[in-house]
Amino acid sequence: MLNIKCPYCGDRSQKEFAYGGDGTITRPKLNQEISDEAWDNFVYLRKSPRGKHIELWHHIAGCRQWFKVERDTTTHEIFRTFKPEEEF
Amino acid sequence: MQKYSVFSLIKNAFSNHEKWDLAWKDPTPKKEYDVVIIGGGGHGLATAYYLAKEHQITNVAVIEKGWIGGGNIGRNTTIIRSNFMYDDNARFNEFGMNLWRNMSQELNFNVMFSPRGIINLAHSDAQMNAYARRGNSMRLNGIDAVLLNREEVKKIIPMADFSEDVRYPIFGGLAQPSAGTARHDAVAWGYARQADSMGVDIIQNCEVTGFDIEAGKITGLRTSRGDIKSKKIGLCVAGSTNVLAEKLNMTLPIETHLLQACVSEPVKPVLDGVVTFGAGHFYISQSDKGEMVMGGDLDGYNSYAQKGNLPTIQHVLTGGVALFPFLSRLKMLRTWGGIMDMSMDGSPIIDKTHIDGLYLNCGWCYGGFKSVPSSGWTFAHTIAQDRVHELNEGFSLNRFSKGYLLDEKGLGTKTWIS
Repeated sequence: MLNIKCPYCGDRSQKEFAYGGDGTITRPKLNQEISDEAWDNFVYLRKSPRGKHIELWHHIAGCRQWFKVERDTTTHEIFRTFKPEEEF
Repeated sequence: MQKYSVFSLIKNAFSNHEKWDLAWKDPTPKKEYDVVIIGGGGHGLATAYYLAKEHQITNVAVIEKGWIGGGNIGRNTTIIRSNFMYDDNARFNEFGMNLWRNMSQELNFNVMFSPRGIINLAHSDAQMNAYARRGNSMRLNGIDAVLLNREEVKKIIPMADFSEDVRYPIFGGLAQPSAGTARHDAVAWGYARQADSMGVDIIQNCEVTGFDIEAGKITGLRTSRGDIKSKKIGLCVAGSTNVLAEKLNMTLPIETHLLQACVSEPVKPVLDGVVTFGAGHFYISQSDKGEMVMGGDLDGYNSYAQKGNLPTIQHVLTGGVALFPFLSRLKMLRTWGGIMDMSMDGSPIIDKTHIDGLYLNCGWCYGGFKSVPSSGWTFAHTIAQDRVHELNEGFSLNRFSKGYLLDEKGLGTKTWIS
């Protein structure tokens, strides 16, 4: 079981969290012409790397805040967790 | 090639089974092949077999990083079915059902295909309506579908919890009587042995480290056992698709996730076919050895670990015990995991790519095993003819950007919760 350090609440069990997918994807800016390619990139295309992966998690059974986690997808080692506004 | 039969079995018994021919050779990679298939799993071996058999292309290599049968072909829960609603999925998998029925004879290898049926349970009137619709779609594509009411389900699985005060009472189910199971290792070995006998080189312990591309055309690949030239390369690497895509500078509508399964200690026959309990994230069948074979959810976050974490197994078995209370008395024999190439709409991709001579076979999600013959057959056609077959034209790589999704369940792009 993963032990995830919520940046707001501290170390908690994986059971309190919901996964939110790739944390490096950014939505195209609103009120602008969006190309099919940009939309395809945002909605469907994922690198899904083997190794370090920056991802979103939701502390759904806790403070209900979203935050980012840098984790190894092979060993599940968590290198760091940070608030969404903090840059990686 | 030595033909397997009851007579060869008796003959070899006299020499203590020490004089059987090797089922396939262990060749050194040649400098050049007409076609190289990356990935010696079910799909890769089946592709090589059909390239040789249907298209007479025998100068073929299957490159496998580990050993054949060590990936998802040896890790799945062996379910074979074609109970799909959409035409592309239904026709493709029903074509595969016909290949399954003759596979043991065709490969001269007993894959123990056992059409014992599958039931998807329904727990509300709305779900019964949805299943009636799916069943009708299946029938229009010539697939046997039977809508069962509560009493009919009870006759088939009397040991399930049919009380009315449970969270998901059983209203009925959709059955496909011709669905079933097979012995998964035998499928890999059978295809490998026949492909090898027709001249295909099966090269194990050989990792692909890079590709050679010149002017938009693939010209070869680099491996841990030397460089190999080939004008046609097919990728059949399931959970490693994203790793190889990175080497090709491609980004795909695929995420890699871990799926677990487990078996209980063996018990006397109790369950005839396959039962899926979607509401409880659980499905089950009983192996010929008597073990209850069970599975359910993905671990829920991107993973290449090939081994799972306990919370998911607990979650899956909680659902299992809710449906079949007797399971709580069984000990679990073992659990394991495999890494899935989860596509963004739940359907596979068998297509050409923007690189000339590079062909892609991936996105099998939870259900790669049943599609081994149909995938191999259509992928071999796509590679040999350099164009997709009508059976796999719906499984295109650009269907995502074009908006022609094959979202069988309409669950969206969060692959880890589909």
